[in-house]
This record gives sequence, C-alpha cells and structure tokens, in this order.
Amino acid sequence: MTPDPAGPPGPSLRTEALEELLVERGLVDRAVLDGFVRTYEQDVGPLNGATVVARAWTDPGYRAWLLYDGTAAIASLGFTGPQGEHMVVLEQTADVHHVVVCTLCSCYPWPVLGLPPSWYKDPAYRARVVREPRTVLAEMGLDVPRERRIEVWDSSAEVRYLTLPRRPAGTAGLPAEELAALVTRDAIVGVAEVAAR
Amino acid sequence: MDTADLGGTAGWGPVVAPGDVEPEPPFGQRWEGRAFALTVLTMGRVSGRNLDAFRYALSRLDRSAYLDDGYYGRWLHAAEQMLTDSAVLAPGAVQARARRLRGEELAEPPVPEPARPDYAPTAPGSLRRLARAPRFATGDPVRPLAEAPAPAAKLPRYLRGRAGVVTAVRPPHVLPDTHAVFAGEHPQHVYGVAFAARELWGDGAEDATVHADLFESHLEPR
Repeated sequence: MTPDPAGPPGPSLRTEALEELLVERGLVDRAVLDGFVRTYEQDVGPLNGATVVARAWTDPGYRAWLLYDGTAAIASLGFTGPQGEHMVVLEQTADVHHVVVCTLCSCYPWPVLGLPPSWYKDPAYRARVVREPRTVLAEMGLDVPRERRIEVWDSSAEVRYLTLPRRPAGTAGLPAEELAALVTRDAIVGVAEVAAR
Repeated sequence: MDTADLGGTAGWGPVVAPGDVEPEPPFGQRWEGRAFALTVLTMGRVSGRNLDAFRYALSRLDRSAYLDDGYYGRWLHAAEQMLTDSAVLAPGAVQARARRLRGEELAEPPVPEPARPDYAPTAPGSLRRLARAPRFATGDPVRPLAEAPAPAAKLPRYLRGRAGVVTAVRPPHVLPDTHAVFAGEHPQHVYGVAFAARELWGDGAEDATVHADLFESHLEPR
C-alpha cells in the first residue's frame, strides 16, 4: 500500500463514486434518482401526519376510525407508501403518555412523517428511551407528570407507530388547517406536546 | 443484529433535544439524499427490495462503519456491502473510484460477473396472509427466547428471556431470520408484547411499560 496522506475517502466522495458506477452500468437512471430525492425533500413529510392529527381532532368519526384501524384511516387521506404497511395510532391522554422508538434500526412511519429526524436516529435515543424514558423525555424538553404512565413502543417488526397528541387548550373553533400548523413531528412521535400558539 | 441492537446499552451520553435541531431538512447534506436514493433504488437490483437483507447488512457493519458517518453513512456502507456480496460491484470498486474522483491515479478493479441471489419476494411489502391460526392470544404470558435463533433474527437483546404479556396480534410478517439471507419468506404471526420496565432493568428502574413486536417462533409460553 502507498502512504495515504488524505485518509480514506469520506461519505460524500464515496456516494459520488457509487452513483457513477451504478449509472455507468445502467443500474440507476440519474433522472429517477433526482426525482426520488425530490419526492422525499418536498412531498413526503410531517405535514401529512399533522393533517391526520388535525382531522382526528375535528372529526370524532375519523378519530374513532384512526384509533381502530390507523392504516386504513390514514390511507383514506392519500398517505400510503413504503414503511406504512401497517400503522397503529396511540392516543395520548391525561393518564398515559406514549413514545415511539426503533432500537434495532430507525424504523419510522415515512408516509405520515417523512424521513426520521436526527434525534430519532441518534444511538443515545435508541439505547436509552426504552430504559429511562422519563429521564430521556425530560432531557428532550418534555416533563411528563409523575401520575402519567409512560408506554414505550419499540418498532421491532413492520408495525409503525404514531401518537395522536392531546389537543391544546385554547384551540376550540380553529379549523383543521390551522390546527395542523400547530402539530409537530416531535409531538406525533411522543417526545413533545402540541402547544397553542 | 449485533452492531445495530442498541436497546438499553450504556455509554451514549445525553440525547439530542429536538428544539436544538428543528426545523431540520430531510437531508442535511447533499450526499445524504443521494445515498438514501441510491440505496433504495439499488436494493431492488440486488434482492427484489429485500428490506430484511438490507437491515441485516446494516447490523453486520463494524462499529466505525455503523456510527462514524451517521445514518446515511451506514446506509451507504450497507448498500456497498450488498452490491459487493452479489458481485454487482467488485470489492474495493467504490473506494477506488472515490480516490480517482479526488485526483489519485490508480487502477480500478475489473467489473465482476454478477451473482445476484436467485430469489424474489412472493408479494410486495413484508406482510402476508396465513391460513394457520395464531399460537398466542391477547393476554397470554410469554417469554422471548434467551438467544437469537438466527443471525438475522429481529429479537432485541434487552428482551431476550424476559417475561412479557401478549397485548396484540399483528398481521403476519415474512420472517427476517430466513428472508434476510434469501432462504425463504416463511411468514409468521407477530405479536405485540408488553414488558414491565422492572422486569427488563431491575427494581430500581423507572416505572414504564415497553412494547415490542415479536415473531411467533421467538416466543415461548410461560
């Protein structure tokens, strides 16, 4: 081996190399690749989940359906796709707080929340939230009251979980679109609550 | 599932507070989006979109490959691994091309004869129908096996051998134990199983319930 003053190539160069090799071999089409990246940058994101939550807050029939058969209720709004084959919705209440994790990888309900944020993929979150959820949530800025039970959901197979956050006080009468603007992905995963503006 | 199996492991330090990073774009750097798309698009080339094979490749990375370049860094390593395993790419091909891209002069390895697994899923996705009835029902006391029955099994270490209760019967899934290594789908019933935190972590643990989805052959009645 010759000396290697620059060190091994980093991920940016290796990605470019892999892309070139696959394009040269006709295994990947750059236009398809570009379109795929754009889809996940622009179309698939937490807004879908916020729309689901706001609909459940304003439509009791939809809420009941969502909690009974999350996959079908979510699909009825047009949100389907990879990592959403079977979705279960967990209702946050005054007595129980749900929080979602994937300890084995970073499985996440893409069709409703897009790709997972950095904190969800972080080894510290994956390792610790199953062991000391109350402490971890407090570090993330959410103090769960002592009397509220904590349920942690490890997405260890193909079921994908989201929570139905509690609707904040002071939002009565707001239309669904304005409610959706209040809902964050952090709240849907269960590491935050929805705040009224 | 060794490198990737993080549940309950120590030494990671504080978690990231979402407020410190939000709003966060899907891809922090351009290469991350490219690596994501390349991985998803090439998985089909290798394996008929065998997600379990991809996860198994991730779990076999060494710690540095798994952690050093973050989430899409590990995707990139796993995609390379799968493409090399199936001889779509020669070992070292990506590294050699990357070095050429930064101006080094070196020969690239010859393009190999692909040896993709002769394997295709029987249907899209990971869920299947099963004629046989589930072995367990809601309320049944169960215990996951004390050891993973196969290297690709999705049975988190922190749950092995611990007492749990079935709380849900999920739709049947293809079995990663075999599917991940292109040895058949062997679909199984999957159960939501609840564990008391104290059963997992001891008497000093925070009071909580931990739920996981576990495969029928990884569970025993208790």
